[in-house]
Amino acid sequence: MDLAYSPEEEEFRAGLREWLAKVLPTLPPKPSPDDWPARRAYDLGWQRTLYDAGYAHVHWDASPTVRLIFLEETEKAGAPYVGANFVGLLHAGPTIAAEGTAEQRARWLPPVLRGEEVWCQGFSEPGAGSDLAALRTRAYRDGDDYVVTGSKIWTSHAEVADWCELLVRTDPAAPKHRGISWLAMPMDAPGVTVRPLRTLAGSTEFAEVFLDEVRVPVTHRVGEENDGWRVTMVTLSFERGTAFVGEVVACRKVLGEVVAQARANGRWDDPGVRRRLGRLNAEFRTLWRLTQWNVSEAESSGGVPGVGGSVFKLRYSRARQELYDAAAEVLGPEGVDLGRPWVLDRLSSLSYTIAAGTSEIQRNIVGERILGLPKG
Amino acid sequence: MQRGVRGLLARRFGRDALREGVDAPRVDRGLWRALGDAGFFSLRLPEAEGGVGLGLPEAVLVFEEAGRALLPGPLAATHLAAGVVPGAATGETVVTTVAGGGLVEWLDEADVVTGDATGAVPVRSVDPLTPLHRVPEGSRSAGPDGLLVLLTAAEQLGTAVRTCEAAVQHARTREQFGRPIGAFQAVKHLCAELLVRVEVARAAVYAAAVTADPVDIAAARLLADEAAVRGARDCLQVHGGMGFTWEADVHLCLKRAWVRAERGGSVTDSEETLAGELLTEVH
Repeated sequence: MDLAYSPEEEEFRAGLREWLAKVLPTLPPKPSPDDWPARRAYDLGWQRTLYDAGYAHVHWDASPTVRLIFLEETEKAGAPYVGANFVGLLHAGPTIAAEGTAEQRARWLPPVLRGEEVWCQGFSEPGAGSDLAALRTRAYRDGDDYVVTGSKIWTSHAEVADWCELLVRTDPAAPKHRGISWLAMPMDAPGVTVRPLRTLAGSTEFAEVFLDEVRVPVTHRVGEENDGWRVTMVTLSFERGTAFVGEVVACRKVLGEVVAQARANGRWDDPGVRRRLGRLNAEFRTLWRLTQWNVSEAESSGGVPGVGGSVFKLRYSRARQELYDAAAEVLGPEGVDLGRPWVLDRLSSLSYTIAAGTSEIQRNIVGERILGLPKG
Repeated sequence: MQRGVRGLLARRFGRDALREGVDAPRVDRGLWRALGDAGFFSLRLPEAEGGVGLGLPEAVLVFEEAGRALLPGPLAATHLAAGVVPGAATGETVVTTVAGGGLVEWLDEADVVTGDATGAVPVRSVDPLTPLHRVPEGSRSAGPDGLLVLLTAAEQLGTAVRTCEAAVQHARTREQFGRPIGAFQAVKHLCAELLVRVEVARAAVYAAAVTADPVDIAAARLLADEAAVRGARDCLQVHGGMGFTWEADVHLCLKRAWVRAERGGSVTDSEETLAGELLTEVH
């Protein structure tokens, strides 16, 4: 296991640190989580700041190690998250970069990098969650357009998105994985209705999107017709490969803050609490090593993240929930006070074993694709 | 080096040898000298002193292989005695030590014991392949040596790998209700979690071998113990009724994992080491 960085990588780290120290104090205050237009403006503004400083491209064409350093340092410095740029930068963008035509890349990629356009993801449907390929949103050809009817769910940032990466069924007669196409749909097209969904944490982080005969130009299809499943898998492997670097850094920071809190309120004197926090230290320092390791594997495999991402996500998602459970033990009665730190995070963390492939689906992937067990 | 040790153990310590040892546990002196020739014990000694001149990152790889083969004997104690106790580096001298909880493995077979084993009394060892003595409470020293703990964690990792392989193999071939039991999610998911624990333990052990940091070693110890013990338990469950028999090898993995988990001393101490570091770490 190689834990060392090259001089060039260390130079990148030092330059980034210096820049962050200069730029972060100049940022406007973070908007209220309920104010979506303000959140959009804030997140796009941060992306523009990265662009102007030459860091916008890091997610796309930097080496996995440089990307790791970028995510580590921005998280440590408390820089803004990708936020509303998430789908554009980490899902739709990489898909268009890998599968789009030159024209499509020129139309859609620069606005994402410059922080001008927001994307959302129209994959899941009420009847197609873990079984994503069972999706039924229908698109038929009418001249130079597809006409799309159906509904999507769990669509983050739908309220403020300009574009939606949309999976539709273009051949209902084909086997379920073979009749799907990938479309870029403008969110202001007639027939698109967005209904925000409230999460159990009280926020409106995602929405339902209803599509009623929405016309999408055929030129907005990325990849061949009915080849959308394969095109999508490119996107999902990006998600599972790089999504957690910043989050592991964040968890280690939270663990340190929980310890400080335990010292302050006397809970640290309880050996049971100390042992629990000690175990979490073992957990997160090891998850960080595993991250570094996955990154160096990706480095040697040419940047394509492997199924190791499923192993990581299974352990990480549970560990993060345990972290907030431990924080609640440290807080005691204050752990049910939404005004205290970590209480909202504890609620939000309940999604980690569900979003981006449930733990059950991840175990199927590990069992079947890594261990070679038969499909059920 | 790792491949060499794996090949040597596959040739010289297959299933028959393992099961023979169950009935008559002994240190196979010929095999120990062969391991000595392969550099297993002298791996970290400088070449000038007749060693291989490698470091801990390589040592944990060969100990992982030994753990995977369930090779019995005080391997870590002998490895750590290389260059100190004559003959240890070549595998001619078998060295044991007083480890966590005052337990001494293979005391009757060993040529040399490091630490004070005065007054040690035999224990009816839970592991048929690890004869045990225990020294009286008064004469026990403080916590075990960090490198002993790390090499033990590497053995635990290897045994965890073995339980994962055995569980998957059984789940692929054993049929019930007309199909391999590994097609059922309840079984498949046990196997998946086995692999998750293996890969997490591997990251912890390999990283601790690079840093040799006591906090990293404490983490490696906890996660490798978990991977080996929990792995053996789940492997046993996947094997169903066969897993509960003396004939199946699963119990040998579990019992060895239990005994090795004691080598590292108090679990509480390891957890407290990790907790204490959270007070000093700069975030």
